[in-house]
Amino acid sequence: MIVKRKPLNLLERLYLPAIAGGFKVTLRHFFKKKVTMQYPEEKWAVPPGYRGAPYLVRDQEGNTKCVSCQLCEFVCPPKAIKIIPPGPAGRLADRPNAEKMPAEFEINMLRCIFCGFCQEVCPEEAIFLQKDYSLTGASRAEMIYNKEKLLALGGTHPGIQKWKHKLEEAKEQENFPVKV
Amino acid sequence: MSAAPTTETKPAPPAIEKIKVKVDGREIEVPRLTADWSGKLMPTTMIQACELAKTDVPHYCYHPKLPIAGNCRMCLVEFGTPALGPDRKPILNPDGTPKVVKSPRPAIACATPVSPGMEIYSNTPGVKQMREGVLEFLLINHPLDCPICDQAGECKLQEYSVDYGQSASRFVEPKVHKPKSVDLGPRIMLDDERCILCTRCIRFTKDIAGDDALGIINRGSFNTLTAYPGKAFDNNYTLNTVDICPVGALTSKDFRFQMRVWFLKETKSVCTSCATGCNILIGSREKKIYRYTPRENDAVNGPWMCDYGRLNYKWIGREDRLTKVQSPKSKVQGQPASWSSALTEIAELLKKTPAGSVAIIASARQTNEELWLISKLKAKLGAISDSVSRMGEGDKLLVSADKNPNTNGAQLTGIAANLMGANLPKIVEGIRNGKIKTLIVFGEDVTRHGMGADLLGKLETLIVSDILPNATTKLAHYLLPGCAHAEKRGTFTNTKGRVQKFMKAVEPPGDARPEWEFLHDLVCNVTGQDGFLTIEGLFNEMANAVSALNGLTWAGIGDAGVTVKI
Ligand code: SF4
Ligand code: SF4
Ligand code: FES
Repeated sequence: MIVKRKPLNLLERLYLPAIAGGFKVTLRHFFKKKVTMQYPEEKWAVPPGYRGAPYLVRDQEGNTKCVSCQLCEFVCPPKAIKIIPPGPAGRLADRPNAEKMPAEFEINMLRCIFCGFCQEVCPEEAIFLQKDYSLTGASRAEMIYNKEKLLALGGTHPGIQKWKHKLEEAKEQENFPVKV
Repeated sequence: MSAAPTTETKPAPPAIEKIKVKVDGREIEVPRLTADWSGKLMPTTMIQACELAKTDVPHYCYHPKLPIAGNCRMCLVEFGTPALGPDRKPILNPDGTPKVVKSPRPAIACATPVSPGMEIYSNTPGVKQMREGVLEFLLINHPLDCPICDQAGECKLQEYSVDYGQSASRFVEPKVHKPKSVDLGPRIMLDDERCILCTRCIRFTKDIAGDDALGIINRGSFNTLTAYPGKAFDNNYTLNTVDICPVGALTSKDFRFQMRVWFLKETKSVCTSCATGCNILIGSREKKIYRYTPRENDAVNGPWMCDYGRLNYKWIGREDRLTKVQSPKSKVQGQPASWSSALTEIAELLKKTPAGSVAIIASARQTNEELWLISKLKAKLGAISDSVSRMGEGDKLLVSADKNPNTNGAQLTGIAANLMGANLPKIVEGIRNGKIKTLIVFGEDVTRHGMGADLLGKLETLIVSDILPNATTKLAHYLLPGCAHAEKRGTFTNTKGRVQKFMKAVEPPGDARPEWEFLHDLVCNVTGQDGFLTIEGLFNEMANAVSALNGLTWAGIGDAGVTVKI
């Protein structure tokens, strides 16, 4: 289709009426109530269930909950997660009641698409998408969050302490196999 | 010497009578007798018949290469047999077919022989219920610690629970807790809570490895697998129990908590630790090799391999691998040389050498293809060549006394002397009296075989290709970094003359290149004849030229290899 362009008339070629019209709109809004949020001074209240950045959490006793099963690494669609398993040493200092925890845990926040698959697949309730939506850094390397950082940002998550419960149950049966 | 290659060296077994049975309504013919774990002919069992009928029967304690125990009850199936009248004659249906009466009780498929006319039902509601029941019992005390269990992903308990089990547990009482992370031996870690008491490991170590080290103590739900008190579970085959343990009770200390199995890429390969050439799978992720596991090949290793070979992979990932090409010029400048410049320089040098002034020491750890390319070089230069023999101790099961993976290849290609190593003193003598001026060494530290630094100093040119640094590589004028078998493709000829191929699992580090690739360039530069740039073409060309290998093709030798006459 060919659109015919009419040549502009004199008034239109002067542009002044159009500019005046534009300023009128600007002025009208200038004195109206403000509708935009004064970000970043003013921050948005995140609704519950919001899927922000995934962080690692600790249990109510301060133990890392992640046992390095690497299911999140497997399920993560953009391959943002990288876990370094502990190797034969297995149990590291802060996890007295489970045999295993990650030696290192990295999430590349530049890759993460905040899909929540990691949270959904985690059998230990150890990773949660939390409320951070604005992640900044001055370099790519800075945007790869390591275990320490993820745990610090993640905070505590009270939940079932599966391994502690197991340990206690086993302790009760200490005189294995039969109590005499 | 040349003979048609065969896949089997054994004489054909006598014909075995066939009988007809029905599996889930499908009639098949099965042999009346089948070889059991020890190779003895025994009546064919229902599980073997089902396997022939391509029907899966879940099982834990049954393993085709172990004696039958029949203790897990997972393989229960229903069956029927032709009914006999009082006159011991089959009762016939009105349509003339024999009447089959369903047995009132199920039977374990792994230990019940088939009989003519038998009907096996493997997916009736009753069988399904029995499987559910068995799984429920197995899971009563099972710890369900899949997230920290190394077996997860290749665990039969997980698989069958998904396929045949119930989704929820009805058990509310506390579970029986047993010892965890028990140090069973230098390479094995045991988690007794996970053990399902199938006794596969006990039977393996007693009947296959001949070391009666394991047993079960205590009664009922306190049954506990353990090693003989005060004794470590330590023989050269212990890690096979990790493979056959259907659950995560027995785990390898070496692989423990290193990587989840579903991340591992499995590459078909061959173990290089001795001349047996056990077939293996290399489990690797990205650039790192995590484990070797045996790959079943009844003509070589069955489903087993030795611990030494299995754990002999760490050198491949060593930090000090040779990764840079070096030439005399680059040595002075302190910078790596490029492959093309080094290979051209070497070719120029070699072309100028008078006949008889070059010696080649190749390695019986190199592939057939590489040795064959070296033999072309040898013929062109009129060189003397040999390799280094490595004799050690063998055993009756798998380990060969010859620790070179390709002694036969070195001999078939004419690189090694008839008595491997017999030419080495001649080469030493030649260097000493100045007749040999150029020495080419592949993958051997010749300083440990009578050629000390002072002797090597007499040479005009020392060309060395190796994988790891050693005293010889330090003295080299030209240094060409090579690849481990896991980083290239090729074939080995094992001690029985089986030509077996292996595939590439990981990328070589730095500038290292498969030897056959740069040998191809070198041979081409020196002889002026172009060869094949692919391993397939190279192998086929070699098979045509080497009489013992006549008739073989890269594709034709398949994954299991072909035995040739040596
Ligand atoms: S939220 Fe999705 S993309 Fe981000 S780390 Fe988790 S699984 Fe990966
Ligand atoms: S340790 Fe494994 S192989 Fe041995 S009896 Fe237990 S489940 Fe079976
Ligand atoms: S497989 Fe038959 S009883 Fe275990």
